[in-house]
Amino acid sequence: MDAKMLQARLLELIRRTSCELPPDVIREIEKGWRREKSDTNAKYAFGVIRDNIGLAAVKSQPLCQDTGTIICDVARPDWVSERAFRAAFEKAVDEATRVGYLRQNSVDSVTGRNSGNNLGPGSPVIHFHETTARSLTARLMLKGGGCENVGAQYSLPDTSLGAGRDLEGVRICVLDAVHKAQGKGCGPGVLGVCIGGDRATGYVASKETLLRSLDDANEDPVLAKLERRLLDEANTLGIGPMGFGGATTLLGVKITARNRVPASFFVSVSYMCWAYRRDGFQLSAAGKIAKWLYD
Amino acid sequence: MLLEAPFTEEKMRALKVGDLVEITGVVYTGRDAVHKYLHDGGKPPVVLRDAIIYHCGPVVVKEGGRWVVKAAGPTTSIREEPFQGPLMEQYGLRGVIGKGGMGPKTLAACQKVGACYLHAVGGAAQVLAECVTDVLGVHMMEEFGSPEAIWEFRVARFPAVVTMDSHGKSLHASVASASAEVLSRLLKP
Ligand code: SF4
Repeated sequence: MDAKMLQARLLELIRRTSCELPPDVIREIEKGWRREKSDTNAKYAFGVIRDNIGLAAVKSQPLCQDTGTIICDVARPDWVSERAFRAAFEKAVDEATRVGYLRQNSVDSVTGRNSGNNLGPGSPVIHFHETTARSLTARLMLKGGGCENVGAQYSLPDTSLGAGRDLEGVRICVLDAVHKAQGKGCGPGVLGVCIGGDRATGYVASKETLLRSLDDANEDPVLAKLERRLLDEANTLGIGPMGFGGATTLLGVKITARNRVPASFFVSVSYMCWAYRRDGFQLSAAGKIAKWLYD
Repeated sequence: MLLEAPFTEEKMRALKVGDLVEITGVVYTGRDAVHKYLHDGGKPPVVLRDAIIYHCGPVVVKEGGRWVVKAAGPTTSIREEPFQGPLMEQYGLRGVIGKGGMGPKTLAACQKVGACYLHAVGGAAQVLAECVTDVLGVHMMEEFGSPEAIWEFRVARFPAVVTMDSHGKSLHASVASASAEVLSRLLKP
């Protein structure tokens, strides 16, 4: 596959991610909509959300004008180098910004200047893994600012919360984060949680776990149980979509764990808004999209 | 219920937290740069008396010589908390559309001048763009750039929920305290 073709495929990945929500997310939004009582603001908010999902897909325009931090996770076979992938992806990002799939969203933190094409130090974010498979797998997430701002990291023990260094302590932190977020992260949201790691790897893993399909079950039965419990408990808080009140505060909870040093115990929580823009594909060496990962 | 221009004090005082409104009339976008500029004593390029400000950085493009709104969802309002109350009082603003709600200073100003905070559905950039029927003009484009400029939008049936009213009530405060109670039960050992 030549560089031009790779760039074209990546542009399509960006377009699809920005304009269309994947089916697993839509299914959970539909469930939430059915769950809310009629004639409530929660039901109404879901109605607007559903209409917006439909309109964005039909018009092929961004679901939300904040097209977020661009995070790409790549399983790279040996027919493409990191350098070549990055070059193609950056060109695709530049083009996606010009045609309006992405907003001009990358600002120099010192001068305040907008780069105008979403490129600059740290943007876009690409995580590479090597794979022995023949096809390339790329997953893309557009993580909005409003929801990123309500993410939180806890260091256990946390005496003010009464959270100790165990799964009960983790549960306390996560529910506290949901309560503090209220509707500000454009809920109903999805949580990515990492238990352990250091401060940096904990947050990275909390985002990585948001790449899982919403309807899968955690392979670890202990974490699977905690995910279900936290989802149920969070939905009794009554915060609801947009914080208007209602039965659907979260659409999902995904938890992962990393080893830690004995002295540290971090719990990192990433909040993803309902505009849960992430998609991915498998790309053959010849440049054919063999599979969309969340369809 | 319909909330139609002119946005009079009487109409705004009649609204209560939880009311679902559909706004028809002219609204002005304004976000960080505009609020800071006005708060620092800058002269407003539009008449703000009885106006509704929309916290929004829209995506607007020129097509065939006219402005077309491509995306127009709300942005987080709380960033304007230091400015909003004083501006409401100084200019007699009647409403603010945004997302995430605002704090006690703005709530007090709503009470004093007879204004409301109108919460739009965050992320609904396409649905809300469809509610903009006309772009009547743009101000301070040179100074602030497109997303931060003051766009004059005619909107029709723009949906929002009153989450802060002129009677001192805030849905954000009540949902926060009700959910805090549930939380404390969930956390009881
Ligand atoms: S939190 Fe999500 S839905 Fe809300 S404005 Fe940001 S990107 Fe859009």
